[in-house]
Amino acid sequence: MDIEKSTDELVVQMQSITKKFPGVVANDQVDFELRKGEVHALLGENGAGKSTLMNVLAGLYKAESGSITVHGKPANFGSPREAIEAGIGMVHQHFMLVPSQSVTENILLGLDEPRFRMRLTEYNHRVAEMADKYGLHVDPDAKVWQLSVGEQQRVEILKMLYRGADVLIMDEPTAVLAPSEIDELFNTLRSMTDQGKSIVFISHKLHEVMEISDRVTVLQKGKVTSSGLYTKDVSRADLAHLMVGREVVFRVEKKEVQVGDVVLDVKGLEALNDKGIKSLNGVSINVREGEIVGLAGVAGNGQNELAEALVGLREAIEGSVTVNDQDVTNKPVKLGIRHGISLIPADRAKVGTAPNLSVTENVIMKNYDQKPIANGWRVNKKEAGKYATGLKEAYDIIVPTIDTSVRLLSGGNLQKVILAREISSEPKFMVAVQPTRGLDVGAIEGVQKLLLSQRESGAAVLLISEELEELLSLSDRIYVIYEGEIMGEIDDGDIDKIGQMMTGTPLEQIGKEGVN
Amino acid sequence: MADISVKESAPKWKFPFKIKIENRVDNPPRWLSPVLSLAAVVIALLIGALVIWIAGGDPWAAYTHIAKYSLGSWGVLSDTMVKAIPLMLVGLACSIAFRMKLWNIGAEGQFFLGAFGASMVVLLPVLPMEAPKWQFILVSAGFGMFFGALWGFVPGFLKARYNVNEIISTLMMNYIAIEWNNYFIYGVWSESGFQMSRMFQRNAWLPRLSDLAKRWPFFGGLTTHFGIVFAVVAALILWWVLSKSRWGYEIRLIGDNPRAAEYAGISIKKNIVLVMIVSGALAGLAGASEIMGVVHRLQGAISPGYGYTGIIIAWLAKLNPLAVILASILFGALILAGREVQPSGIPTLIQGLIMVFLIASDFFYRNRVRITRKVED
Repeated sequence: MDIEKSTDELVVQMQSITKKFPGVVANDQVDFELRKGEVHALLGENGAGKSTLMNVLAGLYKAESGSITVHGKPANFGSPREAIEAGIGMVHQHFMLVPSQSVTENILLGLDEPRFRMRLTEYNHRVAEMADKYGLHVDPDAKVWQLSVGEQQRVEILKMLYRGADVLIMDEPTAVLAPSEIDELFNTLRSMTDQGKSIVFISHKLHEVMEISDRVTVLQKGKVTSSGLYTKDVSRADLAHLMVGREVVFRVEKKEVQVGDVVLDVKGLEALNDKGIKSLNGVSINVREGEIVGLAGVAGNGQNELAEALVGLREAIEGSVTVNDQDVTNKPVKLGIRHGISLIPADRAKVGTAPNLSVTENVIMKNYDQKPIANGWRVNKKEAGKYATGLKEAYDIIVPTIDTSVRLLSGGNLQKVILAREISSEPKFMVAVQPTRGLDVGAIEGVQKLLLSQRESGAAVLLISEELEELLSLSDRIYVIYEGEIMGEIDDGDIDKIGQMMTGTPLEQIGKEGVN
Repeated sequence: MADISVKESAPKWKFPFKIKIENRVDNPPRWLSPVLSLAAVVIALLIGALVIWIAGGDPWAAYTHIAKYSLGSWGVLSDTMVKAIPLMLVGLACSIAFRMKLWNIGAEGQFFLGAFGASMVVLLPVLPMEAPKWQFILVSAGFGMFFGALWGFVPGFLKARYNVNEIISTLMMNYIAIEWNNYFIYGVWSESGFQMSRMFQRNAWLPRLSDLAKRWPFFGGLTTHFGIVFAVVAALILWWVLSKSRWGYEIRLIGDNPRAAEYAGISIKKNIVLVMIVSGALAGLAGASEIMGVVHRLQGAISPGYGYTGIIIAWLAKLNPLAVILASILFGALILAGREVQPSGIPTLIQGLIMVFLIASDFFYRNRVRITRKVED
């Protein structure tokens, strides 16, 4: 490794940073250093601890142990304000701007100057000058709500520069941008480093890291797998491997199941996300009877949109979804339910259940209008109670009574309520999104067993997860999704290939770029 | 969590109790909700008493007066019921909407449109002058409900289709409704230049208890009218719908978590429109029964803000249709006999205080307050 540049001034040095959250070690003895004038990428999967590490640096979190020096001086920031005073500014994924105010007003927000009179024309000039200097083109007088996402991001960057930041932490800055805006952002980043700023670029997208960064540090499950490599010395395959790693895969006991006919058949599915941007682009997948098919991908690559489009919660603008040869594309959710489509939503509390309603009222959510629970116009409370008691016992839901509000349940029990409801409807096709996220080990095992039991009883299961281990141990084959497109399908559990596909290399291109 | 301690000089005395506020981790007991409602009323009355006392009055005398002239005899009790009837119906109208977290504060306007619809039956006329009473009862109630429902449908549709905030639209439509009525009483149906329509003929009036006085002299002079049947029947039906029916389950599910409802395949838009229609129809029925049972003509001042009082009643009853009946009688008494104390001030003040304490009492519903003896450390 060449060391010619190592004489460059160290701007930030973080040593053996450890940060714990209840139940997880987000950062485990992490080292990180940033030199003047470089773009240093911080690469890792979701939950690898990238954002946590940078939040520690930016004064949002306090680390349990470890030391930070900024410009050679020890630093321990108690608040983002202190961090910015030391020249460290973070641009978060979610912008913190006031939509109804102008760019300049947003930039001045919270500062001591100007004191009373806003003197906006004067400050507009200053902002415009600064914007010009770094190529961050945005009209200082425009209201934030009128700006595109890319322009809003520039305002956030300007906000930090205006406060005197010379270290900019960009938390997944490209996640919200259109491709042309990404190019523009990269130009801006370059012009900033040319003028002596240093940039931390948090990302899980390999090609972007390869394109923009000088050096790269890779995190995996809170630990550094490689620190400060020169980007030009590594290949994408190396990085993918460092990022995803190769663990001994814990195999759950999986019975042989005769795979039957195709149940779910998706062809060329396209859909928009909530912001109106296309987030599914020609997705074609199928799942057969007695099969668990995994869908791997870093969060936010269209998984939620796919799950919603499959059950009818999101409009498909192109393509088709058929279940057991019934066309259910853009059909009402209820019709899907009648055709045996079932969804375990990613957000248990916000989508999967009604918090203030009882366990009984939550388990009858999908069959309250079916006999025997429905009796004409009436909900038969007795039958509903019997049904809920049955599920409580069968799925071992730990709850004082079936009349208890589900908001009082633990995550594991809440998930059991949802699984009990969904499985008892005997679905032909089930989508499970992140079914074990946030659960403890015992609950995870329980949920996984239930999914396997679905497979054994001949249902088709699509398992959407960010946990590669889980996907590998449960799935019969795995699709990988990246930016709304299926990168390929794997049935031998080749984790390196999955890793590369997760970061944007289509299966057919893997191995073509040469081995480093 | 709050620690309250009082510091004193030697010997060091410490406030011996610790007050801790924590989130409830279990379902609150069943009795808590009515007890909190009652407490809100009691505290409001106490503060009212304080105000009367400061103003130099005798609170005890004022309250006994209110009680006597609202509940003290069959005659005044009957008058209290007359006040309570429109309150019950608007209280129900608010309850069903609020159950779905649809903030219909347009019951006032729906009430006016209901009154208009019922008047139309007599004044247009829809029914001939000498049509039998039962026809007037049914047709005027039907017209009142239809026009109230129409006034509920508009904001419901706007919310479902264009996501227009129903708080604003229902509130604004109140003014339109009142002006709409004014147009008719100043112009179209004005009786020789007065701002009111002609008096309805007697066979269009809702029957009153006093109509039975010929057979049972006991009912002589009692003004309670047939609207009470509308109100009680509506409360029973609504109670059944909300707690027993499939539709009621859908309303509660949407009210608690619209995203979960959508995921269960329940159409939120359809239900927004339906609930607003039913809510408007109930408020419209209130207007119709007030016109046909009490006022007997279309005029300007037909509501002392019934539609807004309905909001307080719905909350006081914790959106339970049966409790709405009781809450309405309480407010009916307050409105009727309160006038004896002061035409506006104190009784309205008490109403407002009840609302404030009701909202505040929600804190105790969600949190548990523990008072423990401090342990010396």
